[in-house]
Amino acid sequence: MTTETSDEAALKSAVEEAFEEEKTPEKMVIIAASGDLDKAWPVMILATTGAAYGMDVTVFFTFWGLGILKKPGTGLTGEDWRQKMLAAFNRGSTSHLGLSKLHFAGMGPAMMKGLADKYNVASVQELLETAQDMGVKLWPCQMTMDLMGISRDDMIDGLDKPAGAGSAISLMKEASISLFI
Amino acid sequence: MADITVDARNLQCPMPVLKVAKAMKDVRSGQTIELIATDKGALSDIPAWANDMGHSLKEQFEEDSEFHFILEKS
Repeated sequence: MTTETSDEAALKSAVEEAFEEEKTPEKMVIIAASGDLDKAWPVMILATTGAAYGMDVTVFFTFWGLGILKKPGTGLTGEDWRQKMLAAFNRGSTSHLGLSKLHFAGMGPAMMKGLADKYNVASVQELLETAQDMGVKLWPCQMTMDLMGISRDDMIDGLDKPAGAGSAISLMKEASISLFI
Repeated sequence: MADITVDARNLQCPMPVLKVAKAMKDVRSGQTIELIATDKGALSDIPAWANDMGHSLKEQFEEDSEFHFILEKS
């Protein structure tokens, strides 16, 4: 009769733990299509929380949502005058997101950010950095980049390769949570 | 006494969950974490997260308007 020594037990539990970690995580996809502060906020809250649930989270930034990824102070982007106009009125980056209602020429977002500070709600920028730390994948939409004249250099570091609707659908087909915000 | 204490006081949703999830990576199976939070949402969020992740919520109590959760890693 053999008895399991403590070394064997430790090895067994280490193997089990390693095996446990190798389990394919569930997938979560968020399509971030809005550049509004009140949409970008829940996008980043849900993305980080999904990562906290051990999920493999991808956020696909398209149309106005792509603006969230712009570097602050990017200025006028694109070649076409219409692209430049779009950039002038949609400065982008997490610091220039508007509110979908009660915007009041920028007073609304300023008040909202003041309240967030006062009541310790993490900002979109903080959550975006946390998401990157937690391994959330950030996909810029290639078509939106071309349409709006936004290059890789106009966007923050650490993004995934630009992708399109096909990649998003392939991912959503396998995902247990897919959201369009 | 828990192996690790996580202070999430004065932090709003989703920070208590993010902080405890991060701390859980630093402990081994069977070790415990004490999370202290003031966010009332944590009262439902932390048990839901622990249940989903398979960690057991050993104890939960309120002291001076602060919520304490003792969690054991699965």
